[in-house]
Amino acid sequence: MAARTLFDKTWDRHVVCAGPEGSSILYVDLHLVHEVTSPQAFTGLREAGRTVRRPDLTFATLDHNVPTVGNRLVLEDALARTQVEALRQNCREFGIRLFDLDAPEQGIVHVIGPEMGLTQPGMTIVCGDSHTSTHGAFGALAFGIGTSEVEHVLATQCLVQKKPRSMMVRFSGSIGPAVTAKDLILALIAQIGTDGASGHVIEYAGEAIRALSMEARMTICNMSIEAGARAGMIAPDRTTFAYLQGRRFAPQGDAWSAAEEEWRKLETDTGACFDSTVQVNAAQIAPFVTWGTNPGMAEPVTGEVPDPAWGANESERNSMARALEYMGLRPHTRIEDIAVDRVFIGSCTNARLEDIRSAARVVKGYKVAGSVQAMIVPGSQQVKRAAEQEGLHRIFTEAGFEWRESGCSMCLGMNPDRLKPGERCASTSNRNFEGRQGAGGRTHLVSPAMAAAAAVTGRFVDVRNWHYKD
Amino acid sequence: MQRFTVHTGTVAVLQRDNVDTDQIIPKQFLKRIERTGYGDVLFFDWRYDRQGKPDPAFSLNEPRYRGASILLAGKNFGCGSSREHAVWALRDYGFRAIIAPSFADIFANNCVKNGVLTVVLQPSEIAYLLARGAGEPFSLTIDLEQCRISADDGFQASFAVDRFSRTCLLEGLDEIGMTMKHEAEIAAYEQKRRNLASSL
Repeated sequence: MAARTLFDKTWDRHVVCAGPEGSSILYVDLHLVHEVTSPQAFTGLREAGRTVRRPDLTFATLDHNVPTVGNRLVLEDALARTQVEALRQNCREFGIRLFDLDAPEQGIVHVIGPEMGLTQPGMTIVCGDSHTSTHGAFGALAFGIGTSEVEHVLATQCLVQKKPRSMMVRFSGSIGPAVTAKDLILALIAQIGTDGASGHVIEYAGEAIRALSMEARMTICNMSIEAGARAGMIAPDRTTFAYLQGRRFAPQGDAWSAAEEEWRKLETDTGACFDSTVQVNAAQIAPFVTWGTNPGMAEPVTGEVPDPAWGANESERNSMARALEYMGLRPHTRIEDIAVDRVFIGSCTNARLEDIRSAARVVKGYKVAGSVQAMIVPGSQQVKRAAEQEGLHRIFTEAGFEWRESGCSMCLGMNPDRLKPGERCASTSNRNFEGRQGAGGRTHLVSPAMAAAAAVTGRFVDVRNWHYKD
Repeated sequence: MQRFTVHTGTVAVLQRDNVDTDQIIPKQFLKRIERTGYGDVLFFDWRYDRQGKPDPAFSLNEPRYRGASILLAGKNFGCGSSREHAVWALRDYGFRAIIAPSFADIFANNCVKNGVLTVVLQPSEIAYLLARGAGEPFSLTIDLEQCRISADDGFQASFAVDRFSRTCLLEGLDEIGMTMKHEAEIAAYEQKRRNLASSL
């Protein structure tokens, strides 16, 4: 058999049969559901008199709309309440397991899947959310779908797909101290652009990737969509197996050994071909900060806000000028001279335990700057409990951070956590689009350590030079 | 699903690259549980000022683009979030087709499911249409059978669409129903899958 990639192997394993007109019918191993993109899908099922084919492979949680303070069981927002109630009703009616607001497992859908061991190598995983690419960190083929496809998967446990192209992204060398997975992925997107991987499934490889923890790998795969990719994948290895073993839904006992043997066969064969290849020297990457209104508009913290005149063509020059106007920034401003009003540490990109630990290490012994309002929103209740067991919450609250309940929160501001017009935020989330965190809000994407340092100093600083007080 | 065969309509121009789905429909409108009623909030933050009045500086508010059903957009249109609400909003506003140098994958996929055609044209063709769009209102005819676009000034272009999307659009197919016809194959796959160690 010809040499195949991790993506080829995962794809081939899930083809049920050829679909119409050159497409394939692909089986879905795990379908994750949340309150915002599913109600119309369930309505569609009901109207057509259809049912959920595999409720046992479907798991739901509430994350996008939910408050992160106060009594979370009472939603003030009537529309949000309706949507939350709709998911509860749909899960009851169709027999789907729901991790509700009072459940110990509740959290951001892309945080809880991995932590419960639902996410496993070689799986196909879908969810009505573009950051489903997160799960690719385990060597799963995981991608976001729209509501019509959510309905399709609910009804058939399959999707009709045309096979995307493949891209190899190789990070050579080792990353420097205080440089994180967030900086690697921001550097990549700055290099190839927000459509650089359109139509492709990325496989991340190289020395720098192998050295990353599972949580860091999730950060990388999470933002594959910000480079336009359909999905991002990392071949499973000892790090993956060590993370998974013993988790609630992971295979147990003899089944574990058999599964691990299958998973070891998933890695890309020597000589397998990719449609395109990108090389990045990880050793040269500094902490990154976005300055504009898409994740590709990013610079090293040692750099400056670019001049729109540097744009490659008129269209790019216009985009840059527009972004700077929206962001209230002047060309040539040093990144380290940009002051922030708000700090948000959270989201499916960077709200796992290691992220919180890394922020806590920076904050320890310091206070949040008087001009800054800072909040931490753990990715899940489990992350929150684990951080509290380590006493991390006290480091934050003593410094002046707000320590919140889990949810998507100010990553997209569907709940009450939002920026006010003109407010500037250092955020560990994934999108700096206009208005994303609140109409008129200005978002700069950074790593948790960089966000924590910005909270203390009130502006961006190079966290590689941080004076840790531990 | 509404079919798309041949459509003639007025062209509106939104000359910006990387228009993301957060701009097409901001988050506060994702809380409804219906599939329709999103047309009035399409491009909400660009279309209306803080007082809720139409902003004359935003191109879709220009009188010459009134009643447009074809949108001419910049590259990587529809990037970001998977929210199908973005397509519902464009469709409810009246757009049947979007022409751009490139589209984000999930967005383009969502369009097909809602009878909205996405057309990728060459840079020179886009440049020609942009130049025309800067003047008097004009219309285009998009023929999906022939995969051709034409204008009354003699402009002609052909475009590629993947065969499956084309068939779905031309026939207004119920994709779920089509997949369900493969029940025997799906059941056989599930049987085989049960023997894998690594499945839930």
